[in-house]
Amino acid sequence: MENLTYRHKAKTRAPGDKPLALVGVVASGNLEVLVERVLPDTDCEVAIATTAKGFGDVWAAVVSDFVERRSPGGLRLSINDGGARPDTVALRLSQAVRSLEEGR
Amino acid sequence: MSDLTPGGTSESGRGGVSWYEASARQRVRLLLDAGSFTEFVGPEQRETSPHLQVFDLPEQFDDGMVVGAGTLGGGAVLVAAQEGRFMGGAFGEVHGAKLTGLLRAARDLTSTPVLILFDTGGVRLQEANAGELAIAEIMRAVVEARHAGVTVLGLVGGRSGCFGGGGLIAGCCSALAVSEQGRIGVSGPEVIETNRGVEEFDSKDRPLVWRTTGGKHRRLIGGADAFADDTVDAFRACALDLLRTTGPLTLDTLRNEQARLRERLDRFGACADARDVWAKRGVDDAGAVPGLPADDFIALAGRVAEPSHDAR
Amino acid sequence: MRDWSRDGTARDERVAAGRVLARGKAVHRDDAAKLLEALLKPGDRVCLEGDNQKQADLLAEALTRVDPAVVHDLHMVQSGVVLPEHLDVFESGIAKRLDYSYSGPQAARVARMLFGGKIELGAVHTYLELFARYFIDLTPHVALIAAVSADRDGNLYTGPNTEDTPTVVEATTFKNGVVVAQVNEIVDRVPRVDIPGDRVHFVVEAGRPFYVEPLFTRDPGAVTETQILTAMLAIKGIYAPYAVKRLNHGIGFNTAAIELLLPTYADRLGLKGEICTHWALNPHPTLIPAIESGWVEQIHSFGSEVGMDDYIRARPDVYFTGADGSLRSNRAFCQTAGLYACDMFIGSTLQIDLAGHSSTVTTSRVAGFGGAPNMGSDPRGRRHPSAPWLKAGREADPDAPAPLRRGRKLVVQIGETFGDGNVPLFVEKLDALNLAEKLDLELAPVMVYADDTTHIVTEEGVANLLLCRSPAEREQAIRGVAGYTEIGRGRDRAMVERLRARKVIQRPEDLGVDPLDADRSLLAARSVKDLVHWSGGLYAPPAKFRNW
Repeated sequence: MENLTYRHKAKTRAPGDKPLALVGVVASGNLEVLVERVLPDTDCEVAIATTAKGFGDVWAAVVSDFVERRSPGGLRLSINDGGARPDTVALRLSQAVRSLEEGR
Repeated sequence: MSDLTPGGTSESGRGGVSWYEASARQRVRLLLDAGSFTEFVGPEQRETSPHLQVFDLPEQFDDGMVVGAGTLGGGAVLVAAQEGRFMGGAFGEVHGAKLTGLLRAARDLTSTPVLILFDTGGVRLQEANAGELAIAEIMRAVVEARHAGVTVLGLVGGRSGCFGGGGLIAGCCSALAVSEQGRIGVSGPEVIETNRGVEEFDSKDRPLVWRTTGGKHRRLIGGADAFADDTVDAFRACALDLLRTTGPLTLDTLRNEQARLRERLDRFGACADARDVWAKRGVDDAGAVPGLPADDFIALAGRVAEPSHDAR
Repeated sequence: MRDWSRDGTARDERVAAGRVLARGKAVHRDDAAKLLEALLKPGDRVCLEGDNQKQADLLAEALTRVDPAVVHDLHMVQSGVVLPEHLDVFESGIAKRLDYSYSGPQAARVARMLFGGKIELGAVHTYLELFARYFIDLTPHVALIAAVSADRDGNLYTGPNTEDTPTVVEATTFKNGVVVAQVNEIVDRVPRVDIPGDRVHFVVEAGRPFYVEPLFTRDPGAVTETQILTAMLAIKGIYAPYAVKRLNHGIGFNTAAIELLLPTYADRLGLKGEICTHWALNPHPTLIPAIESGWVEQIHSFGSEVGMDDYIRARPDVYFTGADGSLRSNRAFCQTAGLYACDMFIGSTLQIDLAGHSSTVTTSRVAGFGGAPNMGSDPRGRRHPSAPWLKAGREADPDAPAPLRRGRKLVVQIGETFGDGNVPLFVEKLDALNLAEKLDLELAPVMVYADDTTHIVTEEGVANLLLCRSPAEREQAIRGVAGYTEIGRGRDRAMVERLRARKVIQRPEDLGVDPLDADRSLLAARSVKDLVHWSGGLYAPPAKFRNW
């Protein structure tokens, strides 16, 4: 397993009122994202535990795009990864943020 | 969204969401009364497996088991759901302990029913001893809870089915509801083929596998007490119905069940295929059973299925 | 005095040689190889019928058993190199030269035999090209075809899988060739006459159905969330704004996902009746929910699809059917329809380069083209206007005077940025070019050329190449939807943002596509069994797609 942590400044607080959401599942090619509203509104942290070693630069790019596109201020996102493709990771990250807005 | 969608989701919520497709969390949320679920030991507590790291395997924050309390049709229930996609829903130490704890709480409460949403291939190989112990503890906890007056229902319709130790636990429950996709057994098809040869059971023959382990067969031989279409709604209706109709565990129930199983073996022991059993049971066109829509099958099962006295 | 009917005389001699083995036109299947020995001469052009669907499998096997001392150096001119027997004849010297179109399952062996010099390659064609050449310079001397049944006069019923047969027979019979048909059975009266008996010289009763590959069946159970997201982007970013009514879909999971979103997501967008009404398409099982929901006006098909026959028979308002009620397909006509009468082709591919060329070839496999390049190309001979065609033409060349401006067919490549086994969709250089160098080919096997490609859709967004005004813009538009592949990460971020401002690139958030909707619950059917239910029990999927 490889553990990676990225900290970013976010432009705005992530919308919605829910304190917590969980999307996805740990399976081959899939991942789970636990998102918790526990940080100051300008901060964002993404912590990853992944089975696929040596993809730090791709993770860094995915996380940095995610922060830029979704502005997840105040959120800590914790990922358990079963070797998902970057597009799946990006999808789950945006789903996690959207889940804090939705009652679903 | 269109009303035409069979089994499709609806904007308003549970609609016809597929049980087979739903995650453990979706099943729990949509099965219970809206907004009523409170989770115990949720993922944010990160009670993960102590063993998987040793094998360099990824953990899941809830270890593949969701437990908590809520209401069903207004009545309090305890609920446990396995995530069949995480390690095949297999039982490990934490995964099992969450269910054991829930059942012991039910035993102490004496009147709050428990719903177990099975989705498992059995014991997690990487924590085999802990997993086997968990199975034994859970079976004991089920029986203790039932003895204390608790109804324990099993709902089976997930992608991993209900195999290995999960099949044993299901056998201890007060009643089971199953969908066509919900296979129940102890040894899975591949295990049987490996041990007894392809002549005994061809695990690649998909129609054979499904008609032998699938929900329709289980329902027709009395191995399950209710048959549900593959929707959360259907499972909810089955659960409500079984909670109303399931009786207590007594010595007589066990004696009746023993007699039923002996009679079943005498009558069908020589059958080579599930279809032979169905024909003997009085199904006119046994070959058509796998293709029957759920409604038609439920009607058929109502006519010919064996009365179940207790568990399987 | 010149003899103007030498070919006819030669044909008559061949037929006479074959008659020795026949009762009427019927030859016993045990004599099939002997019949072929009697009919064939060294160097003959032979069409052994077979495409990506049906196969004249009995005759293919018989051809492997002829004596190479008698029959050798044949020039095979056939749509599909699909069965092992199709290549066995090259190993044994029975055949020497090959002109073909599609080789799906044999792609790796074709490549090996080309390297090994076992096959002398003419060219790899599209279906329509090969059919065209049957009438110009690749006319078969002998055609070996497949049909469902024949009567004593040789009238043939080809059944729902008519496919190439009328074209092959037309080219062969009317130019002094000999036609041999394998049929499942000989009957007193065929259900309908697809091929008149006077075009058929010999009939061999196989006693079993010819092989058909269920190539167009996609299990909804395997559709991923990323594919659903990509499908939503295509619907909202292309189908809706161009109001595409007449179209063809490829066979991949991406387009299957689109088919399964029509009665749900596209319905929610109010697009019913506005898009996807008229199709050049095989009977895709995944289109059943859209048909049952009233989306589809009509479908013309290249071939049939295993298990769909009863459903088609019950939906004659939608499909082309004969007086007997069963589907009448025709590959040549449907390819023509897809080329000239459809406003959009959308399909998956394996590799896309920085110009927008795409290919399904890898260095170890020569899979051929099939029909995709016919569908996926802008027909320069088109003259009838339609709204999507005119809009695309306007986008490509806004300054040209409208009455003289050509429209454009929408040619859309759709895929996820990483394919099976995490292989990137986007590459600097196509494997097709490496293969062309290795095999010394004059043309690289490019499936869809860059100048035909109008849009690329991935989970990251929609790139509209019609709006690009320079090669540099085009490259950045492609990089801008290439996700986290090396190509995607090599983008010029500022330029990509400028292209996005001009709507050359549109992201999910630009199109109002919610990632939470990328869920399998959005599919109208999530399993093959759901499709059976949608069809009212009429669809009978093959065993490998069943789990009941």
